[in-house]
Amino acid sequence: MIQLVPRSTASTFWQIATPVMAVLATMIAGGILFAIMGHDPVAAIRTIFWDPLFGPAASYSRPQLLVKAAPLILIASGLAIGFRAGIWNIGAEGQYIIGGITGAAVALAAYPFEGMWIFPAMVIAGAAGGWAWGMIPALLRNWFGASEILVSLMLVYVAQRVAAWMAFGPMKNPEGYGFPGSRNLQQYPAASNPELIEGTGAHWGVVAAAVAVLVTWVLVSRHIRGFHIRAAGSAPRAARFAGVSPATLVAFSLGLSGALAGMAGLFEVSGPAGQITDNLGTGYGFTAIIVAFLGRLHPVGILLAGLLLALTYIGGELAQLTMQLPAATVQVFQGMLLFFLLGFDVLTRFRIQRRGK
Amino acid sequence: MIDPLSIFLLLLSASTPILFAALGELVAERAGILNLGVEGMMIAGALAGFAAAYATGNPFLGFLVAALAGAAISLLYTVLTQLFLANQVASGLALTLFGLGLAAMFGKPFEGVKAPPMPIGPLGINWIVWLGLAMVPAIWWFMNRTRRGLILRAVGENHDAAHALGYDVRATRAAAIAFGGAMAGVGGAFISIATVLQWTEGMTAGAGWIALAIVVFSNWTAFGVLAGAWLFGGVTVLQLRLQAAGVNVPVQLLSMAPYLATIIVLVMISARQKYSRKAGGAAPGSLGNNFHALR
Repeated sequence: MIQLVPRSTASTFWQIATPVMAVLATMIAGGILFAIMGHDPVAAIRTIFWDPLFGPAASYSRPQLLVKAAPLILIASGLAIGFRAGIWNIGAEGQYIIGGITGAAVALAAYPFEGMWIFPAMVIAGAAGGWAWGMIPALLRNWFGASEILVSLMLVYVAQRVAAWMAFGPMKNPEGYGFPGSRNLQQYPAASNPELIEGTGAHWGVVAAAVAVLVTWVLVSRHIRGFHIRAAGSAPRAARFAGVSPATLVAFSLGLSGALAGMAGLFEVSGPAGQITDNLGTGYGFTAIIVAFLGRLHPVGILLAGLLLALTYIGGELAQLTMQLPAATVQVFQGMLLFFLLGFDVLTRFRIQRRGK
Repeated sequence: MIDPLSIFLLLLSASTPILFAALGELVAERAGILNLGVEGMMIAGALAGFAAAYATGNPFLGFLVAALAGAAISLLYTVLTQLFLANQVASGLALTLFGLGLAAMFGKPFEGVKAPPMPIGPLGINWIVWLGLAMVPAIWWFMNRTRRGLILRAVGENHDAAHALGYDVRATRAAAIAFGGAMAGVGGAFISIATVLQWTEGMTAGAGWIALAIVVFSNWTAFGVLAGAWLFGGVTVLQLRLQAAGVNVPVQLLSMAPYLATIIVLVMISARQKYSRKAGGAAPGSLGNNFHALR
């Protein structure tokens, strides 16, 4: 019989090794799944993980990597802060949608004026919208003890309906011949978020994601608030005696992750998506949860994990085109990845020992 | 004119998916398991049940398969949390994301086909609605009047004490998770087989999450779950009635009602539990914590 013996501190080696093992296991299990569905497993895995970077159409798909990774990294950086302290914001998808709407609202109100101030104002409005949407579960938890998990998640469904209402009602393009959806911000230079360097895919969201990684790294490793967050996560009682206020942490981490998600939504609406539509949310907010875990809640890990999951999005689209794999393949892969990661994680926290020694 | 009886029948039907899922989660939570994978297990049941009902032409067989599918997918959660001692919140989220993806992937061939008709039960009410109503006293009786129910609650209140008394914490929890999965599966299948009558991607639309909120609302009692499910069903029916009556409010705003009502109810109940004398409300003592036996 084997037995699990808890480690006094998490193993650094396994902390780095388990995400790698999880990715490999996902490829194997995914291959088996493809074989069952009657596809060539090797070709499918290569299409998803290799071809977007080095395949024949790589010059088109490579810039997409940064476009998809930026929102994931931006959102996950914020989520990881709360997750470290045991505060579960799983409604980032809603904060993303609301940020996109409030940011776009500034642009639509300013139309057709031109001005250097418009885009920065949109970014601030997007962050503020996401912050406000994230503060709802924070305040309801602090004042009434309501679960932030359930409230933040319920608000995703509310936000989706707000987006639909906006697209069909208040924000509908008056020159859109009756079609739902707002004006296209890509055609409004002062409000658009274009590619900054040709061929890289990098827009302002990529810059923001890079800044978010740096800032959260400094916050977690160098700032007293980061210390409080880590303390609250690993020893809540001790943290409280040390003067860490749980309510402040809840408001801080839900507000911060909401603001970052809101910014991600704004960069998407003003850039790749271009307009407010009823399907504004595309699941980045949920995938970012996987990014945060796969990146071990560490800024550098999140950077790498965000790039990897962006790759699965692009590879999934490619596999859909070339191999007729269903669109949901990516979602299944992402779910499997999280399963394997959580499973292998037992190795970081426990030693495996033979019983009877 | 709106006939109160027909409204009540609609309410019963609208509340049944949530009732099943929430009763299953209630049993799991009383065993100390916080499974956030309800939505994933429901969608798995919705698809598997629909596929079986469509293939065999027998809706009841569909519900049976849905229960098995829900229990089967919940095994992943059991392995993660009971064997590998993974965090329950993260594992539940993983189950939901995986279930939604898996159902979307395998559901494609079933889009656009119709479910076989459900035979009508006594008083013109669907048999599965009756089953759901019968489950409420059955679960109450099991938890409060049987030895196994007592053990289940002991495991949920204090797993160390239950272990010291010689009860198998892991086996009890594994059974509770599987039961929760089967119930969520049936609840999901009710949406696809008996309400919408077809399969569409993501058709559970947050019902699993609402079920989780209703367990909190119920104060962890079976009859409380029934009250919560009816409250939710009432809001849903009212919202649909207002849409049909053509009130001057955008449809998108009306359809927010069930989610907003869930938040409001959750806040009210949480506040009562927070400010009542009994610290922590009625939540099981070991809820959400994994058990690791050193001896």
